Amino acid sequence: MASAAALPPGVKPPPLEIDLGDQESLQRGARTFINYCLSCHSAAYMRYNRMGKDLGIDEELVKDNLLFAADKVGDLMKAVMPPEDAKVWFGTAPPDLTLVARFRGPEWLYLYMTGFHREGGRWDNIVFPDVAMPHVLYEWQGEQRAVFKTMEDGSKRFDRFELVRPGSMKKEEYDAAMRDLVNFFVYLGEPAKLVRYRIGVYVLIFLGVFLIFTYLLKREYWKQLH
Amino acid sequence: MQKLIAWIDARIPLIEVWDEHLAKYYAPKNFNFWYYFGSLAILVLVIQILTGIFLTMHYKPDSKLAFASVEYIMRDVPWGWLIRYMHATGASLFFVVIYLHMFRALLYGSHRPPRELLWLIGMVIYVALMAEAFTGYLLPWGNMSFWGAQVIVSLFDAVPWVGPPVAEWIRGDFVISDATLNRFFSFHVIAVPLALVGLVYLHIVALHKVGSNNPDGIEIKRHKDKNGVPLDGIPFHPYYSVKDMVAVALFMMVFAAIMFFAPEMGGWFLEHDNFVPANPLQTPPEIKPLWYFTPYYSILRANTVNFFYIPAKLWGVFFMGLSLAMFFFLPWLDRSPVKSIRYRGWMYKTALTIFAISFVILGYLGTRPPAGIYKALAQICTILYFAFFFLMPWYTKYDKTKPEPDRVT
Amino acid sequence: MSDESTDQTRRQLLAITTGLGLAGTAVASIPFVLSMQPSARARALGAPVEVDISKLEAGQRLVFEWRGKPVWIVNRTKKMLDTLPGMAGKLVDPNSDASEQPSYAQNEWRSIKPDILVLVGICTHLGCSPLAKFVEGAASGLGRDWPGGFFCPCHGSFFDLAGRVYKDVPAPTNLVVPPHAYVSDTRIIVGLSPDEVEKNKNA
Repeated sequence: MASAAALPPGVKPPPLEIDLGDQESLQRGARTFINYCLSCHSAAYMRYNRMGKDLGIDEELVKDNLLFAADKVGDLMKAVMPPEDAKVWFGTAPPDLTLVARFRGPEWLYLYMTGFHREGGRWDNIVFPDVAMPHVLYEWQGEQRAVFKTMEDGSKRFDRFELVRPGSMKKEEYDAAMRDLVNFFVYLGEPAKLVRYRIGVYVLIFLGVFLIFTYLLKREYWKQLH
Repeated sequence: MQKLIAWIDARIPLIEVWDEHLAKYYAPKNFNFWYYFGSLAILVLVIQILTGIFLTMHYKPDSKLAFASVEYIMRDVPWGWLIRYMHATGASLFFVVIYLHMFRALLYGSHRPPRELLWLIGMVIYVALMAEAFTGYLLPWGNMSFWGAQVIVSLFDAVPWVGPPVAEWIRGDFVISDATLNRFFSFHVIAVPLALVGLVYLHIVALHKVGSNNPDGIEIKRHKDKNGVPLDGIPFHPYYSVKDMVAVALFMMVFAAIMFFAPEMGGWFLEHDNFVPANPLQTPPEIKPLWYFTPYYSILRANTVNFFYIPAKLWGVFFMGLSLAMFFFLPWLDRSPVKSIRYRGWMYKTALTIFAISFVILGYLGTRPPAGIYKALAQICTILYFAFFFLMPWYTKYDKTKPEPDRVT
Repeated sequence: MSDESTDQTRRQLLAITTGLGLAGTAVASIPFVLSMQPSARARALGAPVEVDISKLEAGQRLVFEWRGKPVWIVNRTKKMLDTLPGMAGKLVDPNSDASEQPSYAQNEWRSIKPDILVLVGICTHLGCSPLAKFVEGAASGLGRDWPGGFFCPCHGSFFDLAGRVYKDVPAPTNLVVPPHAYVSDTRIIVGLSPDEVEKNKNA
């Protein structure tokens, strides 16, 4: 019942700060998602206008800048590429990403997005061996190679990544961009998360007051029994 | 107002019912913490029915639409997320409340004469509740829903001759499919709830006929005043109605804390693997039922040996059925002269403690892959689980009991 | 059993607890009531609809769906428009005072441009969709003096060519004119008023 997927040996959970209150981070994540992920992946349970409203993006801005794959702001975020075509291209239909953060967990997603490495001319991923997806953000991150340590028992253990060819971003910039993207995925998985904590506090305060009065009332009635 | 009540009372026995079940139902005055869970169970039942009605307005029992309709509730329906989380949290807390309610009976002997039938009705409610939870769990049509149902329905396959056709009959197909989803929906929203409400009614009628037990396990009806009112009894209303309100307030705080701050409960109440639509081609890496079924799930797979010419799989199903069935025999297995744990000797106290601990361990193990130490531990706990029941006639008989008091303490 | 002061405390506590309980229940029921409102999907499907009328010839009608209801756009000929002023005596609400239309369509044609009529094609009686009976006279099947208009087959209500209801028929008010605006000369958007269209342009 812990996280959905166990990590391969040597891969440590990243220090990852998820903050849905950071609206700018969510907006940056949304931009990355729509520009890079949405061409192949859908977020078919999410509507553009809901995202705009929740992330503080004006509806006209959504319409002008983010609607590549739909014509109405009320539409669901479907992939540009039809799933049948995608299946032909990649051998498997790219999964819908609406709930990916609830399924995989944010840590795994972050490791996945930062964990592409190139071995023998093809892309692989440290947390998703033999992944069908190519490294879409290759130009940002550059090309890295995974270095493994051989343990005493002969098993291989992941040690670190080595940058082979730098990308357009520094490592810190890329990591920050991926943190924004994962932050956005957490929001995408459950938009209600933005409000439920706040409402929960009010509900608990009310119930606390109610508890005090029910207790006083109970004491009052039971006083006359010895 | 007076006139209206008189008018109604002349036509239906309003005041009589009020008196019999509330104002003049005399409950023992010494109820403790363990006696809140009956009222709380009714509260959760009401919450589940209300939230269920509203979820049914938006949910689609169709294998092509079901998963998306749940997300539709979570996103597009105004406040749908709140109602859905309430229903999901309520399901788990229903079992928390029911397990504590049942454990109370084991503590104070509430299943002992004259309350055998009350206990049996309660057990039928428990089984109906399991059916309700099981059918409901398929409805989100996530991958865990699908494979969980697949595994449980396949249990019937283990039974020789009749098993496979029965399993097909339950599914309405050769695998879990649209037909299964549709009928589980029917069971979940109408058949089982209807039975549950009827059974709860019977449970209360039976309780009020024989009267409530209490932590001393003695009958308050033995000492009555000249009006026929038990000396150690107090009217349920207002004393226990106001007292139960305190418990309701506290319980709702726990409920709200979970549903607003941790509705997934780290994967215990809503499983990660259920956030992917059902995929008949790919089983999740670890298949496990929700936590309230895991003790039985552990027992199901504990035995891995064929014996008496019967395959291990069938034994597993048999043991699981038996583990549930044993509860029905409890009133007749217990030979102790006293009811409450307060006056029992060390044997029953030890047996009950070991039973409770094995039940919890079995529950935990049901969520782990059955291998190595876990498997051995599950086998030991299964034996301890059954020992509690099978040895009960002896250890309760030879146990050294203390004398019961004449009046409640 | 109890003296007067405890009696009073008890009554107060009972009132407060009951009040809080009722208030809590009332507030808790709000999400349930609101959940029955149109969902985001329904709202998305109910979004304004834009239609091209460049191919709509005089005397013809265009039918499309907006919020699940039929909407008609009729390009009225000069002859059709000329029937309107003479109708007043036959109508319940000739000036559309009691009927539903945006203020910019409350005029003798019930439209922004005289010839282009936009109507919700739902009878104000019990919700059937009336038939277009533009042919005048006996050929219409509605009598020799039928000037052209709409006829609801369900309960026999008549409407003129501006959707105004006749006297002595079951429908109480004129057909509804939905909010609509011209995005360009040949494009109409249904569901938004001209002011809203203007505002969106500037935003």
